[in-house]
Amino acid sequence: MKWLVGRKQLQEMGLLGMNCRNIDFIGRYNRRSLYQLVDDKLKTKQLAEGHGIPMPRLLFSVREQHRVKHIGSLLESLSEFVIKPSKGSGGKGILVITGREGELFVKSSGAKLTLQDIQRHMSNILAGLYSLAGTPDTVMLEERIEMDDRFDGYSYLGIPDLRVIVFQGYPVMAMLRLATQASDGKANLHQGAVGVGLDLASGQCLNAVQHSLPLQCHPDTGKAFTDIEVPNWRELLVLTARCYEMTGLGYLGTDIILDRQRGPLLLELNARPGLSIQVACGFGLLPRLRRVESLRKKHTCAEDRVAYALSVLGTMNEKCATEISP
Amino acid sequence: MTSRRLFHCIVALLIVAGIGLGWLRHSRMGIPLLPGTHRPVWLAEARIDFIAQGEPVTVSLDIPDNPPGFSIFSEQAASPGYGFSIIEDKGLRRGEWSIRHARGPQTLYYKLQVIPTPLEKADPGGPPPKIEPVYWNAPEALAAGQLLENAYAMSSSPESMTRELIKLLNKPEPGQNAALLLGETPLAPLLAKLLNYARIPTRIVLGLRLEDGRRNQQLSPLIEIHDGRHWRLFDPLTGIQGIPKDFLLWHQDGQSLLDVKGASHSTIRFAMMRQSIAATQLPYAVGDRSPLAFLGPQSLPVEEQNMLRMLLILPLGALVVVFMRIMVGVRSSGTFMPILIALSFLQTTLLPGLPSFVAIVALGLLLRGYLSRLNLLLVARIATIVIIVIFIILFSSLLGYQLGFNTGMTVAFFPIIIISWTIERMSILWEDEGPREVFIQGGGSLLVAVLAYLLMRWPLMAHLSFHFPEINLITVALILLMGNYTGYKFSELRRFRAMFPRLGP
Repeated sequence: MKWLVGRKQLQEMGLLGMNCRNIDFIGRYNRRSLYQLVDDKLKTKQLAEGHGIPMPRLLFSVREQHRVKHIGSLLESLSEFVIKPSKGSGGKGILVITGREGELFVKSSGAKLTLQDIQRHMSNILAGLYSLAGTPDTVMLEERIEMDDRFDGYSYLGIPDLRVIVFQGYPVMAMLRLATQASDGKANLHQGAVGVGLDLASGQCLNAVQHSLPLQCHPDTGKAFTDIEVPNWRELLVLTARCYEMTGLGYLGTDIILDRQRGPLLLELNARPGLSIQVACGFGLLPRLRRVESLRKKHTCAEDRVAYALSVLGTMNEKCATEISP
Repeated sequence: MTSRRLFHCIVALLIVAGIGLGWLRHSRMGIPLLPGTHRPVWLAEARIDFIAQGEPVTVSLDIPDNPPGFSIFSEQAASPGYGFSIIEDKGLRRGEWSIRHARGPQTLYYKLQVIPTPLEKADPGGPPPKIEPVYWNAPEALAAGQLLENAYAMSSSPESMTRELIKLLNKPEPGQNAALLLGETPLAPLLAKLLNYARIPTRIVLGLRLEDGRRNQQLSPLIEIHDGRHWRLFDPLTGIQGIPKDFLLWHQDGQSLLDVKGASHSTIRFAMMRQSIAATQLPYAVGDRSPLAFLGPQSLPVEEQNMLRMLLILPLGALVVVFMRIMVGVRSSGTFMPILIALSFLQTTLLPGLPSFVAIVALGLLLRGYLSRLNLLLVARIATIVIIVIFIILFSSLLGYQLGFNTGMTVAFFPIIIISWTIERMSILWEDEGPREVFIQGGGSLLVAVLAYLLMRWPLMAHLSFHFPEINLITVALILLMGNYTGYKFSELRRFRAMFPRLGP
């Protein structure tokens, strides 16, 4: 692999760069006043409830420091739960407890935490350690999602989540993020999670990367990625497309998680979705984004937009993608 | 697309305004474009000696008003016990010393610093002055008449007549007439007398021939004739018209050079010396009150100047940060923290600054590791780190002093709160994403800081940004341009390289 690639090659691939994303898409299509709807997960939750978009259930939230002291009694009855900062970003500050061992709480990695560890974590969240601007934050306790069986062996510790980029209501690109040992059970690509690019038309695996390098099978479980196929693909995309009406944000990253019982759930939204999805899919976002931009009459109904995405956008980069996919 | 055009217009306008204003100030006010430029200055000193008789004494000295070819940079009088003031009357300036009671030999000094400037056009002129009647005795009148007749015959205008007359009087073997007249009167007064006799208004002006390190000099006379519109200067020895090189006109009007009341035996002598001063001081010292001078921070008190020096160099640091983040894509912890680090490097210099910064942060990280076990609230933890950092600086200062370095002291310039936040963020980063990210972001911050430091440190940049504050308009324009850059960052050329597996070797 070369140390660098040329600007021209990136352009030919239609890769979206950071500057272009910030100015031409986030700056143009995302109104600042709407950011708070997605930056604060509690607000997102309320909004989603109003629009009938399913999300993981909130157990309770903690806003005041003094309540942290008495949190033990609230946690007593819970054996598995997820602690999240309401305004966190990039998966920071998320703590997944998968079980209890006497007084101790077991993390998804198997590490054990005491009640004090959990309290300190909550204090940090409240003080704003994980929030975007360092402002005081709220602790959210959510139910833990039970993984869909079809993803067994594809993810180490964490639950795989789906990232779909939705541009002006049209799903344009999707990938599956799989946690690894290296990513400490987190589904963030820059922390070492595996990104599996998905064919927008079918929900099938195109290509997989870890640390920007292609790979064929999961580094921890050894399971091959080629036969990954996301179930209920169309419904899942409709769910993401509806987030556009819900937030009004034109350039949106939607994170979806598949629950065994409830099906696809919206995990969180992101007004500044990352660019790694392009590496996972093996082609650039720009042609699809420009295609949607050039649409004279946009579809008003989420189902229609998904139909358009499946039939038109999903086939746009096929040639390029099949060349690269294993 | 019109907003796009408007944007480019604004950028172009800013650049043109920056360059234009800078150039204007450079050419009009003589602010040098390069640092360390020096300009020659002449220091002329008039020394007046006299003997006081115990009465009130008033000494009045004609001082240069607006000497052609020079501008006055500074002037002062040294005269213990005397009151001194400069009196201006119809554009004529006289220095006046006064004392109620003085006895014995007295010495007064008047010092003047002048800067050579390009010669301007001749003085605007004015109506010819009244010609004083001239008196000769009989043989002189005859000789003068013949001499003037000769000169008149060989000339066509007052100027050429003056030149011819000077030639006649300065011949190696002057004729009988000239010899007779020169025997009675010195050359310059004689010329004045002859020309006035010929109905050409003429006066004697006095000036100083500037030569480095000369003392006990007298003023040299030149003659000035009025040709009906302007005064014209002539050297009475050579006949050359115009003001000689390095000649400081001191006494131009018809009044006396020196008046001393209440004392006797007054003499005046001159000394002079060539000096040089930094060119940057000149434009403000000369007292330019034009709107162009308003932009120059040099007219402020020194303390404010030093603060402004710091502020005006800051945009360059911001430019480096913008460039490194938008064009190159370097990740740093805290967007503008590198500038603050660079500013503190400016005070500590790079060599002790960089290692001690790294050492403090590393040591802080180590202690912070223990703090995380204490289960403290964030604000309290950072406050604790602030105090720890202060102690680290204290100990390194003491240690440095004991070991004989003074590097410990310079460390104190680091913005302590900034360091504390850096430590806290690095520590969180370490816990969340591992040491690799800490090195990437810490290294990125330091790289940007060092680059910003090197640019801000560059004497040319420091000079330009301070003396030409309008240069920052160009900086703003560049930042605006970069803020609109939608192309790939340099780092993205590497980030996306994995998408081109076929291209590899």
